[in-house]
Amino acid sequence: MTSRDDILRLVRESSPERVDLPTLDGPWIEYGDPRAQFTACMEAVGGRVAFLRGLDEVNAEMGKRPEYTDAVKVVSTVSGVGRSAVDCDLIQDPHELEDIDVAILPGKLAVAENAAVWVQAEGLKHRALYFICQHLVLILPANRMVDNMHQAYEELDASSSGAFGRRGFGLFISGPSKTADIEQSLVIGAHGPRSLSVFFVDDDSSSEP
Amino acid sequence: MTHPMRTHPDKAAEFIADAERTRWHDQALWFVRAKRDKAAHSLPEWEHLREVASRIKDHTMSRLADYLEEFERNLRGLGAHVHWARDPREHNEIVLGILQKHGARNIVKSKSMLTEECHLNPFLESQGLAVVDTDLGERIVQLRREAPSHIVLPAIHIKKEEVGDLFHRHLGTAAGATDPQYLTEAARRDLREKFMTADAGITGVNFAVAETGGLVVCTNEGNADLGVSLPKLHIACMGIEKMIPRVQDLGVFLRLLARSATGQPITTYTSHFHGPIAGGELHVVLLDNGRSDVLREGDFRRSLNCIRCGACMNTCPVYRRSGGHSYGVTVPGPIGSILAPSRDPRRHSSLPYACSLCGSCTDVCPVKIDLHNQLLTWRREIARRKLLPVSKRVGMKLAGVVLRNTWLYSMLGKLFRRAVPRLPRFLLYSRLNVWGRQRELPPVPRRSFREIYGDRHDKPR
Repeated sequence: MTSRDDILRLVRESSPERVDLPTLDGPWIEYGDPRAQFTACMEAVGGRVAFLRGLDEVNAEMGKRPEYTDAVKVVSTVSGVGRSAVDCDLIQDPHELEDIDVAILPGKLAVAENAAVWVQAEGLKHRALYFICQHLVLILPANRMVDNMHQAYEELDASSSGAFGRRGFGLFISGPSKTADIEQSLVIGAHGPRSLSVFFVDDDSSSEP
Repeated sequence: MTHPMRTHPDKAAEFIADAERTRWHDQALWFVRAKRDKAAHSLPEWEHLREVASRIKDHTMSRLADYLEEFERNLRGLGAHVHWARDPREHNEIVLGILQKHGARNIVKSKSMLTEECHLNPFLESQGLAVVDTDLGERIVQLRREAPSHIVLPAIHIKKEEVGDLFHRHLGTAAGATDPQYLTEAARRDLREKFMTADAGITGVNFAVAETGGLVVCTNEGNADLGVSLPKLHIACMGIEKMIPRVQDLGVFLRLLARSATGQPITTYTSHFHGPIAGGELHVVLLDNGRSDVLREGDFRRSLNCIRCGACMNTCPVYRRSGGHSYGVTVPGPIGSILAPSRDPRRHSSLPYACSLCGSCTDVCPVKIDLHNQLLTWRREIARRKLLPVSKRVGMKLAGVVLRNTWLYSMLGKLFRRAVPRLPRFLLYSRLNVWGRQRELPPVPRRSFREIYGDRHDKPR
């Protein structure tokens, strides 16, 4: 008997009486001002948030900060934002992304309760980009915000692309990479990005890569 | 490695010998517990969430074989490979086989208590492979050639001065440096190199979604993601109890996990893997190692619902003051004291006693495992199987005789009240008085409650 069959047989024999699966109706938390909740939460985990009118304002905002203005190698898959020096699609080996300073990528959905932004690597050749860059910028439409995680999964499951939860790689990102493994002291920039900016724009045209 | 038969009290005694350090350890964990409370109180539906999570897990365990099959089917559909391992030996052989087939020599591994349980690192190293733990806390304990002392905060027992010394020796940081920012930066530089030269990445799994064949991995550092986004080979190792039925269930568990673990609203990275990286391979190894036995034994079944948040450790007055290593197992603290005897009751018979039965663990558990009840049940089980040390067995037996016999109880009480104040200290606090090792006996009253009560009763009103 293979280990597989053996384990499944043991588990089947050991299973208790059937218990019903609960429904997920809530009620779950909703916020009077989701944007304020998202912002407070993101700032608490060391990220930055700005609600802007359009991509011009994003460029202007980025022009104010040295981590963006001093950057040598920038990858942007959001057209109209940043001066992309590197075309991610032309790179064969993700190891070549090692010296990327700034990555500007689209977000799909924001969650107010925990300041998480869902990003999905469909159309992005190297998922390493989210983690290997020194500074990460996520841009998404301001109307793509839900209150809580239950709404987020409903939304993602129903999204037109249908890609979520079925194929590929996606993740929630909330803040820059961090650790508190040395005496519980919070240090920003463990292995991944040293900073995260999330820019919400009113102009819908910006959202898709 | 410590001697297997040394008990929790033996090892805890070593830990508390340094009172200053014990206090520091206690406070560090209490700080995390306080953050957890704040995060939990930020959600009015917290108790409802716990209830729903608990029921999802109970349901999953009642149909686990079906879900495992569904998960396997969907994983295969996504182009991943699925392996099954009965025990750690088989698990390690499978992982080695995959690595050898790909000619992988340098491996980066993110936090996985399951691979600790299997002692995967020493096994792979014995086969000539290099394994680097990439979670900072795990890297620290790996360089110290130690096991993690906590499942979420592996290096919680280590002071920054010690990390400074360690990094000075291994990473060439300045002697005497203790600044966490500086030390973390040094580790980042060193580990970047490991990431860049890794042939394969190994991760644990926080949640496995049956309906999609998806794997969810949570980290704050991004180390798991970096480790499996550069090489083409990803091996994910998981226990069969990590299963959840639906994508929607993730909403419930992700809201509970980080809040319970560290008081964060969510971890920085919550990655959803569906199938392999483009042009690469994803292998999932499913391990039983006694989990099906626990499933069968109804009393401890719910310990399989654990999502490894560590909240029960942070709140436990015994864990906080005795340190994770005193338990001598991969998963320490209240949940570990239930899981370990399930695997080897003789070896771990002292663990269910590392508990004051205060019930705080049960109160904070995000999936409502009745931890302190299970610990009490284990004590009964250990007594029934005659695994108690002789001192306890004889003591319990004597106490049973005395407490059953009113006359004997009164007589001995009287005798003790007279004798104790007259006995010299060396006799009173002899080796037999284990209780008196760290405590002073209370002052002995001249008369018993029964005597005083009798007097009052006899007096006319």
